[in-house]
Amino acid sequence: MSTTNYIGKPTSRVEGPAKVTGAAKYAAEYNVPDLAYGYVVSSPIAKGKITKIHADEVRAIPGVLQVFSHENVPSLAWFDRSYKDDVAPGGSPFRPLQGAEVKYSQQPVAVVIAETFELARYAASLLRIDYDVAPHDTDLETKRDDGFEPGRGKTGWVPPPKPRGNPNEALKNAVHKVEGEYIHLTQHHNPMEMFASTVEWLGDKKLKIYDKTQGAFNSQQYVTKVFGLSKDDAQVISKYTGGGFGSGLRPQYQLFMAVLASLELKRSVRVSLTRQQMFSFGHRPHTLQYVELGTNADGTLAALHHHALHETSQFEDYTENVVNWSGMLYQCDNVKLTYQLAKLDVYTPQDMRAPGAATGSFALEIAMDEMAYAAGLDPLEFRLRNYAERDQNADKPFSSKKLRECYHEGAAKFGWDKRNPEPRSMRDGNMLVGWGMGGGVWDASIQKCAAKVTLTADGHLNVLSGANDIGTGTYTIITQIAAETLGLPLEAVTFTLGDTTLPEAPLQGGSWTAASVGNAVKETCDKLGEKLLKLAQKMAGSPLKDASYEDVQFVNGQIRLNADPTQAVVIRDVLPASGEKELTVENTMMPNPASQLTHSLHAHNAVFAEVKVDPELGTVHVTRVVNAVAAGRILNPKTARSQVLGSVVWGISMAMMEETVMDHGFGRYMNHNLSEYHVPVCADIHDIEVIFVEEEDDKVNPLGIKGLGEVGLLGVAAAIANAVYHATGKRIRNLPVSIDKLL
Amino acid sequence: MSTSTTQAPLGPPAIALAPVGTVTLKINGVERQLQIAPWTTLLDALREYLDLTGTKKGCDHGQCGACTVLVDGKRINSCLTLAVMKEGADITTIEGLGTEEKLHPLQQAFIDHDAFQCGYCTPGQICSAAALLTEGKAKTTAEIRELMSGNICRCGAYTNIVAAIEEVLNTPKA
Repeated sequence: MSTTNYIGKPTSRVEGPAKVTGAAKYAAEYNVPDLAYGYVVSSPIAKGKITKIHADEVRAIPGVLQVFSHENVPSLAWFDRSYKDDVAPGGSPFRPLQGAEVKYSQQPVAVVIAETFELARYAASLLRIDYDVAPHDTDLETKRDDGFEPGRGKTGWVPPPKPRGNPNEALKNAVHKVEGEYIHLTQHHNPMEMFASTVEWLGDKKLKIYDKTQGAFNSQQYVTKVFGLSKDDAQVISKYTGGGFGSGLRPQYQLFMAVLASLELKRSVRVSLTRQQMFSFGHRPHTLQYVELGTNADGTLAALHHHALHETSQFEDYTENVVNWSGMLYQCDNVKLTYQLAKLDVYTPQDMRAPGAATGSFALEIAMDEMAYAAGLDPLEFRLRNYAERDQNADKPFSSKKLRECYHEGAAKFGWDKRNPEPRSMRDGNMLVGWGMGGGVWDASIQKCAAKVTLTADGHLNVLSGANDIGTGTYTIITQIAAETLGLPLEAVTFTLGDTTLPEAPLQGGSWTAASVGNAVKETCDKLGEKLLKLAQKMAGSPLKDASYEDVQFVNGQIRLNADPTQAVVIRDVLPASGEKELTVENTMMPNPASQLTHSLHAHNAVFAEVKVDPELGTVHVTRVVNAVAAGRILNPKTARSQVLGSVVWGISMAMMEETVMDHGFGRYMNHNLSEYHVPVCADIHDIEVIFVEEEDDKVNPLGIKGLGEVGLLGVAAAIANAVYHATGKRIRNLPVSIDKLL
Repeated sequence: MSTSTTQAPLGPPAIALAPVGTVTLKINGVERQLQIAPWTTLLDALREYLDLTGTKKGCDHGQCGACTVLVDGKRINSCLTLAVMKEGADITTIEGLGTEEKLHPLQQAFIDHDAFQCGYCTPGQICSAAALLTEGKAKTTAEIRELMSGNICRCGAYTNIVAAIEEVLNTPKA
């Protein structure tokens, strides 16, 4: 029996004790000596020009060290490419404090550095700045006819496939048809930790940078290129990240400010943003979508048309995959998918949890519900009739796809068969009860990743990779993978991440971290295992002498023969016997391009939601959600469940609460705080059940992992909106589902 | 068309900056003296002057609950009180509830139920839950949800937070 099989077992977070005691340190919590504090001043206007910054008045305040703005920032990197990070979209990245031009409301225009945080904040409030104000345009509704198809987008963006079949003709001939426009406003990530960077000045332009980011290497690359520093002089550390959801994929401007101030003042500097400023850099874009569906007499989809238009900034063309999913989630031979951007005087949007897919699935999955009603079919039955056995966008088979099992297991758990399809037909006392469903599809990605593992003579394994853990469970799953691969107890493994002096790992995003870092660590541990076996074979009287790596297993702290597990060597004895102090392997895992060429690699989910609506007040409670997910191998059911629970909360939030409201008169977000930008609190969240459908996949990557960060969010908002329709008979196509829309 | 505008302070600047003075705070059973100006919040005093960074800043406006600490046994948002106002009070932060070697039952329950992901709201959640237990008002799941609604968790760990609190609430004290 093995006691060191950890993959697939519910395992408590290895960093749990540090987090529950407050010992885990986030970027703003490294209290290095002689620290100065920066406070950012944001533009109150949306467009125009700074004509004067009255900085001297503020510099005269005792304890104020400097006011940085475009008037005194030294000459920095000239070319756009120096400001481009790993996920920068096409265009010219915004350069903080490097010009008088104001391009969006809340643009950072100055940073005040002072001896204390309180003083910096006070001094920033006194800074007078004169502007010439120019007319702005922040309203996507006025840009309906000005959309353009983006050119080269950012990494991971795929232009919609060309139309297939004859969608126009097929729509004309369809037996049943529905069409609708689906809208959501801008949404902001709002991780609980506000963006902050603590830059420790080590002398002679050498910096140690504690940054809030989803990728330490991305931050390092940015500051080295912008400030002309060597990598050795700009170590970036990010051990704990208080939530990301995509907001930390790009280096944010507090990093620029803190590094600038540190280099100029030759001092350690911390710059933290305020909650209001958390609405000043990237968001899920305000998106208008149009979906048109038609069915044949047998309830199969005859045609599908999905169009999306969303905002971007004047200086970058942010892109996300909104409509593509609609061409692969259901079998349909006549499909037209179109996608456009419109430029507004706002900051560039940024990937936000399940970027594009959360947006696209909200529209498609409400439209599918409407179509099912129009065709007189149960929404689940309608989806099963249009099940896609093949990815029609790419014309490839799926490496694995257990969506049908998601539908069946989710429906059974939810009790879907007891649903009366008639709207307003189900009641709980006075409350209208509604049941709705939805689902989605998300890429199973993997990126190149390096790792280093060292076994010490006392039998401890140190695993190093410069990845991030934004709360997703990376610390724990990597510890599990390493421990199981080398047959060691969890306590004998330490995984270190979040530091640019470690082997390079990709950004934490795209649901690819588990696959990328996991497979890299597995591969590296296997290589170490091979070396260890060779050493074990040299031990006097070794029972493993003639064994190949395939003939042995690493279990319970031993290397033993598969054929006869009693024939074993204790791992702790190997290095002392060999005279080696430690054994190290460093290795870079390259994704296998073959499976990516031959197969479509995707995770799927099916969501069932119950709402209770007060018929007089219009208040909606999401009382029950079942989310069934097929995402390959589940490494840790405990942390995986939490990921999907969180996704459901995000879906409830998207459906019922989130919208950043722009006052177009000022071109400014009006609810930029956590009191008026609503997200769920404890009382908003009722019963949520998570099902992981068994899905083996030997093609997607060696560990069979598909990633879980985003898939759980798909279709949740739609399932809730569909449940609201079932409860009330009102079809809401404009999120959030607020009371005013129901009454 | 262009107009001009000036970004300016709401009122005249203070005649003199707030003077730094000695403030004595009793934190986690230990008296700590610090030199701060009266405009320093309890939250900033903890994080920036006493290196007690377990208490988190999530909004600085009393809207998120990440900065929850116990003052004389009651849970408060430490960002909404000035440190000087709490001289003589008994302040407990997450560091005073338990340590990695000797966890408070709530801390252990949060680990066991995976009641957090990124961990940033967690100290506030746990301090809030500790007060909830002593308040004695929450008996049912619905009451726990209601009385824990001052602490936002953006990762959405509420299901597990409630489970962790329920376990401690329903475990008879030894």
